[in-house]
Amino acid sequence: MTAIDLRAAQRPNAPTTTYRYDDYDAAFVRERVAEFREQVRRRLSGALTEEEFRPFRLMNGLYLQLHAYMLRVAIPYGTLTARQMRRLADIADKWDKGYGHFTTRQNLQYNWPKLVDTPDILEALADVEMHAIQTSGNCIRNVTADHFAGVAPDEIEDPRPTAEFLRQWSSLHPEFSFLPRKFKIAVTGAEHDRAAILVHDIGLRIVRNAEGEIGYQVVVGGGLGRSPFVGKVVGDFVPRHYLLAFLEAILRVYNRFGRRDNKYKARIKILVHEKGIDEIRAAVEAEFAAMDRSVFAHDPDEFERIAAYFAPPPYETLPPTSDVLRAAKLDAPAFANFVDVNVSAHKIPGYAIVTVSLKPIGGVPGDATSDQMRVLADASERFGFGELRVSHEQNIILPHVKQDDLFALWRLLDAAGLATANAGLVSDIISCPGMDYCSLATARSIPIAQAISKRFSDMSRQRRIGKLGIKISGCINACGHHHVGAIGILGLEKKGQESYQITLGGDPTFSASIGEILGPGVTAEQTPDVIEHLVDFYLAERVEGETFIDTWRRIGHARFKDVLRREGEDGADI
Amino acid sequence: MALISNGRFVEDAWRRLADEEALPKAGKVIVSLPRLQHALEVVGPEAALGVIVPNTTEPSALIEASPRLELVSISFPAFSDGRGFSLARLLRRAGFKGELRASGRLVADQYSHAVGCGFDTIEIPDDLAERQNEEQWRAALNVYAMSYQRGYSGRGSILEARRSAARS
Amino acid sequence: MAQFKHPQILIASNLTDGEVVFLGPSGWERDHRRARVAQNAEEAAALEASGKRDISANRVVDVYLADVEIGGDGAPTPMHYRERMRVKGPSVRLDLGKQAAASGGAP
Repeated sequence: MTAIDLRAAQRPNAPTTTYRYDDYDAAFVRERVAEFREQVRRRLSGALTEEEFRPFRLMNGLYLQLHAYMLRVAIPYGTLTARQMRRLADIADKWDKGYGHFTTRQNLQYNWPKLVDTPDILEALADVEMHAIQTSGNCIRNVTADHFAGVAPDEIEDPRPTAEFLRQWSSLHPEFSFLPRKFKIAVTGAEHDRAAILVHDIGLRIVRNAEGEIGYQVVVGGGLGRSPFVGKVVGDFVPRHYLLAFLEAILRVYNRFGRRDNKYKARIKILVHEKGIDEIRAAVEAEFAAMDRSVFAHDPDEFERIAAYFAPPPYETLPPTSDVLRAAKLDAPAFANFVDVNVSAHKIPGYAIVTVSLKPIGGVPGDATSDQMRVLADASERFGFGELRVSHEQNIILPHVKQDDLFALWRLLDAAGLATANAGLVSDIISCPGMDYCSLATARSIPIAQAISKRFSDMSRQRRIGKLGIKISGCINACGHHHVGAIGILGLEKKGQESYQITLGGDPTFSASIGEILGPGVTAEQTPDVIEHLVDFYLAERVEGETFIDTWRRIGHARFKDVLRREGEDGADI
Repeated sequence: MALISNGRFVEDAWRRLADEEALPKAGKVIVSLPRLQHALEVVGPEAALGVIVPNTTEPSALIEASPRLELVSISFPAFSDGRGFSLARLLRRAGFKGELRASGRLVADQYSHAVGCGFDTIEIPDDLAERQNEEQWRAALNVYAMSYQRGYSGRGSILEARRSAARS
Repeated sequence: MAQFKHPQILIASNLTDGEVVFLGPSGWERDHRRARVAQNAEEAAALEASGKRDISANRVVDVYLADVEIGGDGAPTPMHYRERMRVKGPSVRLDLGKQAAASGGAP
C-alpha cells in the first residue's frame, strides 16, 4: 500500500458536509474492532464454533463466499468523503485484489479478504470513521437514503440526519440484534423516491403536515426476496418527537411475533402479510401506548448537533445556467451526451449533480478499481467539495459540481474510463455478484449484464430507448432488485443448467409495483436476444414521451408476452 | 449447568424442580410455568419461588404472580433467538424486581445485550462453559464503555453523556 | 459395496483465509486435481469423517461432498457448475482465483 499521510490528506479547513465522529463514536467503533479481533482469535482457538461465530461475523459484514471471505463495508446513507474513498482504495490494494464492488444497499464489498486480516482492515476503516457494523446478520442493517440527499430540488428535508440518528440508535441494539431475520430501513425526504423505500422492512418518508410540522410517513413490510411485497403505511404522520418510540414499538412487535420456524417466512413483510396491516398497526400502537415514550422522545439538541454536520458546502453565487457549459457542449458532442444523460438538476443555481456510471459497456456492474476510486476521490476534491455518494443503482454521485467545471470533470473521468454516459439507460444495469462470487447464488448474473450491455453498446440507440431499468439477481434473495426492474431477470437452476426468468413492469419508486413473469425461463445465451426483442417491441409501440414502463402499463403485459411466444413459435433464436 | 453473575461463575442458590418432584417447604426452587399457579397456592412463605418460562410467554401471565416471584428464568431455545430479550424488557417494564435469568446456549458475546435488557444472570450448559470460560464472560461485560441506546440497563448512554456535556 | 455412478470429492473452505480446499491423500489441498476420490459410500463416509474431524479442529468450515467426473488425465472435475466455479474462480475475472495461478497469472 502506498503510504499516505491521512492527516495531511485531510484538509482541516474543508467544510463538513457529512457526519464526523465525536469522541464517543470514535471510541465505540474502536471497541467494535477490538471485540471483533477477539472474536476472530476465539474462533481460531475453538472457543467459538463456526455456528456460534457466524452471526457475529455477519453482524460485522464478514461472509464466507464461493472463493473466499467477503467483507461488506458500510457506507451509511451512501455518503463518503474523498479521504474515505482513498482509504477504500488503499485497503483494496493492501488486503484485497485491487478493486471493490459497490452494492444496491450503498455499501462496498471486498471479495478476497482473509479472516485473519479482517481486524486490521477494520482498524484501517476506523481510522477514517468507517466500519462494517451490521452490514449483514439478523439485525438492523445499514440505513440507506436518497443518494441526492441535500442537493435535490424536490426535497422537503435532507434525510441523512435522520438516517445517521437511526444508525446510532440501531448500532449494537441490546434488544434488536437477534431478530427473526434481517431488517432494512431506508429514508427519503424528497417528492420522488430514489431510495426504494416501499420495498424496505421500514421505509421512512419525511413529510410536512397541514400545520407545517415535520414528521414521517412510516411504511412497513415491503421487501423483495422470495415473496416480494410493496410496503404498507403503518403510521401516516409520526411526529419527529415520537419517531424513535414508534420504531422501537415496531421492532418489539416484530422481534416477539415474527416467524422463526422458517427463514423464508421470517421477514416482517410476512408477518404483515399474514396478520394484515390493521392488526400490525394495532399491535404497534398498543406497544407504543404502553412504553415509556419519554425515554425515546426526540432530542432537538442532539438532532441539531447531527444535522449541523450536513450543512451545505460554501456554494458560490452563480447564474442558473453556464455559458462555459453551453460552449463546451457545442464543441464536444460526447460531452454533450454525458451532460444530457448523467447530469441532474441541483437545487443551487449554477451547480449540478453528476452521476458517474460504474457500468462501462461489458464491465462488471458496480465494480471500481482502486485507481478509479482514487480518481473519484481526486475529482470530488477538485470539483465537488470532497464529497461522494453511492447510489443504490451501484453508481457514484458527485453531488456538488459547478456547471462551469463539468467539462474539466468529464475529461478527467473519461481518461479513467469513468465517463460512460448511460445513467438510467438500458446498460445501467443493476446486478448482484451472482454465482461468480456468492455462495447463495443459483446462477450467474454478471455475465448476463455484460452480454446485454454489449448488445446495446450503440449509445445513440440507448438514448433513443430512453430510461429503462434492467435489474438482475442470481438467486431468489433478490439482491439485484429484479422484482422492481422495468425488466427484471432472475437466475435460477433448471435441470443442472443456469436458467433466467424474466419479469416486466417492476418499479421501485412511490408508484412501486412488482414485476410480472413473462414466460418460461430462457438460457443465458437467449437472454440478450429476448431483451432486445422486448425493447424493439416497446420502441415500435411507444407513443411520444413514453418510457418502457409507461408503454408496458398502457398496452399491458399480455402484449409483451405475445412477443416472447411469437418468437418462440417462429423457431427464431429463442 | 454453569451460572454467570456479574461476570463470574457462581454457585446456583436455586434448584430447578422437576415436575414430578414434590414442592418443598423451604429453600429456593424454580418450577415450570404450568406448575406455577399450584405452587403459588401451596408453597409457604419459607420457600422462595421462581419460574422458568418459554420465551413466547405473555408477560401478563406472570404479572399477577409477580410480587411472590423472586426469579424468572427465560429459556433461549437457540442463542440466535432474541425473543427472550424483548420478554425481559417487558417484565422489567411491568415492575418485576426479582432475579431475571437467561437460560440456554447463550454465548459470551451476548452478555451485554442480556444485561442491557434487564437480565441479572445467565445459565449455560457445562460444555459451553468449558469453551467459554469465566474470563471470556467477564471480558464481554467490559468491551464497550457506553452504548448508543437510551433506556436500557448496564452501560451508560452516549446520548445522555452528550447531553450532559452540552449542558456543562 | 456398490460403486457410485459419479465419484465424489470432499470440498471445504480453509478457516483462516477462506480459500477453497479439497481433501487429499494427506491433508487439505488447494488444487482439486490432488483431491482424494471416493468411489463408493464407504469411501465417501471416510472422507466425511476426516472433514468432521477437521471442523472440530478449527481448520476448515463449510465441508461437503461434491459429485465429480474423472477426466482422461485421471483428475476429478465437479459435475455441477457451482463447484466448477469454485475450482477455478470467477468466470468474469479470469485473472483472479485458482484459474489465475493455474495459467501462470498473478498469484
